[in-house]
Amino acid sequence: MNAGPRVGLFVTCLVDLFRPSVGFAAVKLLEDAGCSVEVPTAQTCCGQPAYNAGDRRDARAIAENVLRAFEGFEYVVAPSGSCAGMIKQHYPQLFADDPVLGPAAQALAARTWELTGFLVDVLKVSGLTARYDGTVAYHDSCSSLREMNVRDQPRALLAQFEGVELADISDGEACCGFGGTFAVKYGDISAQIVGKKAANVVRTGADTLVAGDLGCLFNIAGKLKRDGATMKVRHAAEILAGMTDDPPIGEA
Amino acid sequence: MQPTSARFHDNVDKALRDSDLQTALHRVDKNFTSRRTAAVTAMPEFEALRDEAVQIKNHTLDHLDLYLEKFEENVTAAGGQVHWAATPEDARQIILDLCQAAGTRTVTKGKSMIAEEVALNPFLEEHGITPVETDLGEYIIQLADEPPSHIIGPAIHKTKEQVSDLFVTHHAKLGKTERLTEGEDLVAEARDVLRPRYLEADVGITGANFLIAETGTSVIVTNEGNGDLTQQLPRTHIVIASLEKVVPTLEDASTILRVLARSATGQQMSVYTTFSTGPRRANDPDGPDAFHVVLLDNGRSKLLGSEFQDILRCIRCGACFNHCPVYASIGGHAYGWVYSGPMGAVLTPTMIGIDQAHHLPNATPFCGRCEAVCPMRIPLPKMMRHWRAQAFDKKLDAVRQRLALRAWVWLARRPALYRRLSGLAVRYLAWRGRPLGRLRDLPFAEGWTASRDLPAPQGRTFSAQWAQRRRGNT
Repeated sequence: MNAGPRVGLFVTCLVDLFRPSVGFAAVKLLEDAGCSVEVPTAQTCCGQPAYNAGDRRDARAIAENVLRAFEGFEYVVAPSGSCAGMIKQHYPQLFADDPVLGPAAQALAARTWELTGFLVDVLKVSGLTARYDGTVAYHDSCSSLREMNVRDQPRALLAQFEGVELADISDGEACCGFGGTFAVKYGDISAQIVGKKAANVVRTGADTLVAGDLGCLFNIAGKLKRDGATMKVRHAAEILAGMTDDPPIGEA
Repeated sequence: MQPTSARFHDNVDKALRDSDLQTALHRVDKNFTSRRTAAVTAMPEFEALRDEAVQIKNHTLDHLDLYLEKFEENVTAAGGQVHWAATPEDARQIILDLCQAAGTRTVTKGKSMIAEEVALNPFLEEHGITPVETDLGEYIIQLADEPPSHIIGPAIHKTKEQVSDLFVTHHAKLGKTERLTEGEDLVAEARDVLRPRYLEADVGITGANFLIAETGTSVIVTNEGNGDLTQQLPRTHIVIASLEKVVPTLEDASTILRVLARSATGQQMSVYTTFSTGPRRANDPDGPDAFHVVLLDNGRSKLLGSEFQDILRCIRCGACFNHCPVYASIGGHAYGWVYSGPMGAVLTPTMIGIDQAHHLPNATPFCGRCEAVCPMRIPLPKMMRHWRAQAFDKKLDAVRQRLALRAWVWLARRPALYRRLSGLAVRYLAWRGRPLGRLRDLPFAEGWTASRDLPAPQGRTFSAQWAQRRRGNT
């Protein structure tokens, strides 16, 4: 039994469907830090696709699911700045005029964290023992950066690693062009944006691209692979947990 | 101008294929952001100044009627006149009447987005009056017969080569037949051509960056000095401005000026900051005989108290344009109306309607950088979300996207069924992704796969594996 806080893992739909290894890496990191981790089975999606489409009614319905599923946890942690940002910044707005769910959304927002932010700011994790050999370019997702205030935390964790060298991506605060359904609805604009990002990533000379959001990672990896770049792409949790046996994103 | 925002996809397609435009945009991308960052970093109190600027504008908007009346009172006291224009038609007619009363055939114009908003130039031309743009960027696009593509750099979409071509074409009849290629030479030639026009004009029209209630002053900021010549040389100076430009005091204007240029171009101050109060007084060395201010509403007063009120804080610095990945990809014209970039994506629908403009607030990845750099802390993404909600309720989005969303939502609300069906879909995609671990194409996702591979799923969902692990543990 762990003596640490009881954490509900918000797996995120992308991790659940496309890259479960990130979920297991997140569980390992949290458990290693002393948390007792549970994964409520009622979770599906945070509702962001509906919310961003302007479909407030459906976004609220999905968000209500999440509110119920994560009742009672001390913390809710997601391996994604985007989904955590949806819960933390947007749920309170979505239920702003609801006397019952409004306060519940506020309370959930206050308990919700992006994984690396949680590890550093709440759990004060230090001395990760895993090793990763390579030069890592860290991409800041817009939601981690601007909605969750996460920039230094993943870098601080990676800096504890032996063998890792960090490389800066120029114009690092710029979006990769993912934007959820934007990448499909306005695919040509999205492609133009990710083209610039991928070029800046390649220019770092790093051998691994790491970020805390699968959306960005799939977008940039998809572009790198299409262009024939050899760089490995991984979610931060995989590196931090030392779980890099699965092939990198977009590889087999 | 006739809006083309409804044909956004076509506009984007054209913009992405326009290699001159892409060259020009690349320059915006590189220059403005680094200059702003340097200017802001050099000023420790910048964040506090932003807060102060926001407070000033919020306070003003809460008492807008009061300050507008105060402004009119003080313009009148200084010997000028305020004209209230509810609509673009009203504004055009008032200005035409003033021009005709002054008996002028030529008007010089400083840069004004409000003049663009009311489509002043074509209207004056229809009535036999020649408007001459004196801001270099505006002059260039006037020659090209194009709308501005950026609120502070109207011709930013033009390469130097294109400007050379335009000057050769339009200046040859003035005896300037040499094709110039250096920036300085082009500027010098424009100056040569424009100087006599200032003296021909009996009316000069400028915009205003601020209107100061306590003094009845209009303020313009420029880097070329053209605004000063435009408003001081002719006998009549007309200011055209929208009503949210008013601030209570000179002190307030100077506070906001400190964030304006830094956010716009990374300058501490623009080269010229000019305060004009009323017509020339007896002891003034120069200035116009008549001073008019045309105050345009065009729907702005209806935004007060609405979910879009915050856009009225906008000081038109262009920082949101300069940091927007969408603007940097497609430029301003693709947005299809006078205002573009993030502030345009919020403001344009208030003017041409969400039916026409629904793509603008939808075509963004919500990266949030616009709000992060906005000196007035305008929650642009939040307001784009309000527009998206309206567009969704009016069913303005594509049917296919709508159905896909409905199916997803339906499933996401049924966790057990969701897990079974998503588990199957994921296995199928993983199989399709073999042997490379990625897909090169996928039906219904061409927007993605046209230019990117789609990394394939690993095979089994997290929830399935987690359930198995739980069962193993018990």
